[in-house]
Amino acid sequence: MGDVFSNLGLGFGVVFQLVQWTPAFLGGVSIPIPVNILLCLIGALVGTLVGVLPGIGTIATVAMLLPITFGLPPVGALIMLAGIYYGAQYGGSTTSILVNIPGEAGSVVTALDGFQMAKQGRAGPALAIAAMGSFFAGCVATVLIAVLGAPLTKLALAFGPAEYFSLMVLGLIFAVVLAKGSVLKAIAMIVFGLLLSMVGSDIETGASRMAFNIPELADGLGFATLAMGLFGFAEIIRNLDAGGETDRQLVQQKVTGLMPTRKDLKDCTPAILRGTALGSILGILPGGGAVIASFAAYTMEKKISKNPERFGRGAIEGVAAPESANNAAAQTSFIPLLTLGIPPNAVMALMVGAMTIHGIVPGPQVMQKQPELVWGMIASMWVGNLMLLIINLPLVGIWVRLLRVPYRLMFPSIVVFCAIGIYSVNNAPTDVMLAGAFGLLGYWLIKHDFEPAPLLLGMVLGPLMEENLRRALLISRGDWTVFATRPVSAVLMAIAAFLLVLAVLPSLRKKRDEVFVESEN
Amino acid sequence: MNLHSRILAAGALAALAGLSALPAQAQSPAYPTRAITMIVPFAAGGPTDVISRIVTAHMAQTLGQSIIIENVVGAGGTTATTRAARATNDGYTLITGHMGTHAASVPLYPKLAYHPEKDFEPIALLAGTPILILAKKDFAPKDLKEFATYVKANVDKVNAAHAGVGSVSHVSCELLNSVLEIKPTGVPFNGTGPAMNALVGGQVDYMCDQIVNAVPQIKGGTIKAYAIATPERNPSLPDVPTTKEAGLPAFQAQAWNAIFAPKGTPPEVIAKLNAAAVKALDDENVRKRLLDLGSVIPPTAERTPASLAALVKSEIAKWTPVVKPAGN
Repeated sequence: MGDVFSNLGLGFGVVFQLVQWTPAFLGGVSIPIPVNILLCLIGALVGTLVGVLPGIGTIATVAMLLPITFGLPPVGALIMLAGIYYGAQYGGSTTSILVNIPGEAGSVVTALDGFQMAKQGRAGPALAIAAMGSFFAGCVATVLIAVLGAPLTKLALAFGPAEYFSLMVLGLIFAVVLAKGSVLKAIAMIVFGLLLSMVGSDIETGASRMAFNIPELADGLGFATLAMGLFGFAEIIRNLDAGGETDRQLVQQKVTGLMPTRKDLKDCTPAILRGTALGSILGILPGGGAVIASFAAYTMEKKISKNPERFGRGAIEGVAAPESANNAAAQTSFIPLLTLGIPPNAVMALMVGAMTIHGIVPGPQVMQKQPELVWGMIASMWVGNLMLLIINLPLVGIWVRLLRVPYRLMFPSIVVFCAIGIYSVNNAPTDVMLAGAFGLLGYWLIKHDFEPAPLLLGMVLGPLMEENLRRALLISRGDWTVFATRPVSAVLMAIAAFLLVLAVLPSLRKKRDEVFVESEN
Repeated sequence: MNLHSRILAAGALAALAGLSALPAQAQSPAYPTRAITMIVPFAAGGPTDVISRIVTAHMAQTLGQSIIIENVVGAGGTTATTRAARATNDGYTLITGHMGTHAASVPLYPKLAYHPEKDFEPIALLAGTPILILAKKDFAPKDLKEFATYVKANVDKVNAAHAGVGSVSHVSCELLNSVLEIKPTGVPFNGTGPAMNALVGGQVDYMCDQIVNAVPQIKGGTIKAYAIATPERNPSLPDVPTTKEAGLPAFQAQAWNAIFAPKGTPPEVIAKLNAAAVKALDDENVRKRLLDLGSVIPPTAERTPASLAALVKSEIAKWTPVVKPAGN
């Protein structure tokens, strides 16, 4: 324990390090500048901005800004990149809540209740609780990394392909629970999402699948393309329908308080705690854990809630839990990088690139060899989260005011920002056209009461599920019992089966409405 | 703009036009007159990107113009390489190609939109990244000889990880398997990070990978290395024997990186770029940074465009019998 404190002390020392700046025009007077704090602030700001601009995802931003950090000292560069990463997690919830456009996989579920809250004039409390939940989760995750980072690494290594596959199966069951309408339609959407995720190259042979010889499809459909189309563009078309405009104006007049009420806070506290716990654990698993975190948290809240019918209609717990979970997961996902030197996702791979440029290739000894780097980064996470709370709470008022912009001015700007965002991911015009097509499809789906959230989750989980299934079966030489004989996998499968039975039983008793269908009429 | 200034502007334009009509010899020493774009066919931060950035930073000083790195990813680097092949051949668009994009892609993608030899002008070889034979830390064989015997005897039990179809780790592992005359089960991962994670976690038995990713793990004792597939030992891993020393001399593989320009780029431009690259490779600071990555810097004789052309030819010949087309 004493080690942890001295290490954290070292970390905060790095973060608060002052560099003497002696500009010529001051005639030899030097000003101490907290360079790392400034870099952390810049990273958090850029991340928030990027998160708020629909479409421009974290990976694209970090990739674009990576070269800028080459001129910085390694610790500063990493602090800034990490700031961008979790800043984007904060910002991503903003568009989900305000305009129903999730910027990344982690904020899809935030849109479910967050946007409903905005429609009821409660965008302020939704944004504020998202920021507070994220801050709390960030603080807990920082401490967790500092205290238990090294032992938790074992969890990351214990997860092989079989365990991941079982986790993804569990994830798909969660996706069914997300739906507020018909279970059958939700399943149809998940399967459709899985099918869409198959477009691209076969992982084992490299063969092109369902790409119709279109080179742009060779690497598969992008998440941003689909999310912008199905959520963003479809929502706009629906709003432009007859009556949409007046509907929106009603929303704008209804805006009440900006901050959550005492009752909101009381309702949310347990949700934030549970979301943080789930997110912290799932985030450690490289390759997919963090994606599942937010909707596992949402599912859990809906399942244990006394009145689950509120979910999907503006329940504040439905915003607090997933937002806490995705921020906790974003942070604990640093564990494999900091303890093993293995990047668990694409953003972290870029950070390893940044270190490589500086001549540091992180490995299992990175904690011993580069303690300032590792502990500096851990300390900067806490500082960054505090900054994000300070940046975001005052911004809530501004965001809510944005809702008062007349829709005839707002929707063209959303379309333009979405188009720029989608284009920037791969510099491909095809992606923008695809998003347009998915917009039309999304409109048709909304009109027929199919929900896009399960589709997106199917699309995100599909590749993880398929790849791990095939890896597991390759390693077991086609023996399907691996999923039952490996203990972690067996437990996950058992939970999935239990949830499925829970979902099917009531429908057998013709009482399934209580669990899944909270039909409006 | 009034009439007077219009006439002045027209005159200035005419003067400029006259300048540009000067004979080519007078014009060419001026190259480069603006920034050069260097396409890197992989994500920022990967081995090719890092080598490219280190060398081009020095080349930019020599050439007196900045060199802008553009990372274009997709389809194993062939998307970017296709773009470079179709770029204007004026010396302002270049590409850092590697073993995959300019050799292994030929057998791997039968419908490739370019040919490394026909559509590119070789400029200079920058650095080689040695390939290592790696295994999980508790894998039974103690050295390379035992490894060869063991995998041959247990070919239906062992699993070889790789970083995805067409990746360096994939094609070099195919070469190793063909040298050993075995066909083990290959387990594909998305990139070297996840593949390394599986090897450290012991979910797979062995893999081939570039030195830069593997050194910290080997030094940290989370995995072990049987041999390095280069003629000489590497200073960053002095204890790891070469494949020749360890008894498998036929397995030689390096992920080389080199600069190419689109076909038809003027010879004087190529000469200038080659000279700048050669100068960069002689710079102490550049050498140190490349060596820190475990790279092998080519000797002077191997830095000419002609030797790069020969390397591309020999590498295509080397990989064609080893690499199966994607989709089979």
